[in-house]
Amino acid sequence: MSAAALIDEAARVRLAAGVMLRHDRRRGQWMLMAPERLLVLDDMALAVLRACTGAEDEVGGAIDRLAAEYDAPRGEIAADVLDLLNDLRNKGYVAA
Amino acid sequence: MTCALPSLATAAAEPAPPFAVLAELTHRCPLRCAYCSNPVTLEPASAELDTATWKRVLDEAADAGALQVHFSGGEPCVRKDLEELVAHATEAGLYSNLITSAVLLDADRLARLKAAGLQHVQISVQDSEAEGADWIGGYRGGHARKLETARRVVDSGLALTINAVLHRHNIERVNAFIDRALELRAGRIEIANVQYYGWALENRAALMPSREQLLTMDAAVRARLPELAGRLVVDYVVPDYYARRPKSCMGGWGRRFMNVTPRGRVLPCHAAETIPGLSFETVFDRSLSDIWRDGPAFAHYRGTAWMPQPCQSCDDREEDWGGCRCQALALAGDAGAADPVCELSPSHAAVALLRDRDAAALGTPWRYRGG
Repeated sequence: MSAAALIDEAARVRLAAGVMLRHDRRRGQWMLMAPERLLVLDDMALAVLRACTGAEDEVGGAIDRLAAEYDAPRGEIAADVLDLLNDLRNKGYVAA
Repeated sequence: MTCALPSLATAAAEPAPPFAVLAELTHRCPLRCAYCSNPVTLEPASAELDTATWKRVLDEAADAGALQVHFSGGEPCVRKDLEELVAHATEAGLYSNLITSAVLLDADRLARLKAAGLQHVQISVQDSEAEGADWIGGYRGGHARKLETARRVVDSGLALTINAVLHRHNIERVNAFIDRALELRAGRIEIANVQYYGWALENRAALMPSREQLLTMDAAVRARLPELAGRLVVDYVVPDYYARRPKSCMGGWGRRFMNVTPRGRVLPCHAAETIPGLSFETVFDRSLSDIWRDGPAFAHYRGTAWMPQPCQSCDDREEDWGGCRCQALALAGDAGAADPVCELSPSHAAVALLRDRDAAALGTPWRYRGG
């Protein structure tokens, strides 16, 4: 067996089974709730997850929107987004 | 409630809220695994909290700031009110995990639990094939039922974790456990080398793997991690007695978890009742928030002020939080000592002797849980 293919701009991603995005008022933090664990999200991770998992299109489309929204070079945004998504997938928070 | 030990709590600040509550609904279980970490004196059904009290406890858990509840036991599915409790947890805003042997979890029940808001099911597996698994669990036909239920969990869209419990009698099949988890399309596998509490501590000489077995297993797991990336999350617990530094037990005493026993005692960890001199409040004494904030058992080993040497001057003291108090008691005779699993502990050499003696005791029969 070989490792799973990396998530690229053509992939569609979703939250993995048992994973939910939640805001915890007590701590004032957004987090991913997952089986027996959770991940506190910073602003960038939250924006990426909303753009990539809430949409009907591929990751590339989400990168376009994020680049426009943050007025940042698309190449830099794309690298950050793909790194983050692959890391979250390896930890079981998102699925492609 | 009073604490017989001198108070070492110096922190005036409120502790950060707990992340999760372990709800041990019952000690009853159809399986009889000799490595069970439940206490050797099991609570009878007649002592268990009733439905209304558990609902109140779940509300109090959410009030205390907990985000998740782990329904555990024993086997939580023996409770007829499990669906009702999961639904209540969902209403309270808690994320529900079910930690189960799965042999009592049929299709109708699973559907009802999902409708009640359950998110995740963790199923223990005793071996890679039925014959060994049913022998280890002491329950004929159990393995086949587990596999059937595991498939149903994934088909229903819930998250599945396979809990592979390893010891002398199955550690050589770690690859087959991983293959099983992949075949079942689990999202996660816990490669859980037995930890020696409760029944497992009693049966240590029947369970302890050899160093050679351990090294073979460790190499096999590490060799497979690259190919598993993105397919299966691996939580790998190195066996305590072969470690050089202790685990951060419960993520630190009174830092992340509260445990509520079947009869309603509120503990910092599920084996804490073994520690003499600590006194534990119950859900009938005060709210979980109050117990978490300043309950004597929680305050006693919270933070670093209680620590002896070598922990007190150790750079890792806020990484491992001194390791496990119950293990310090079991192995050094003092719950306030450094975890003897740590190579810096003065008792570490004695742990190696115990381990090697038990690992060499081949042919030692175990005593099944409850037997």
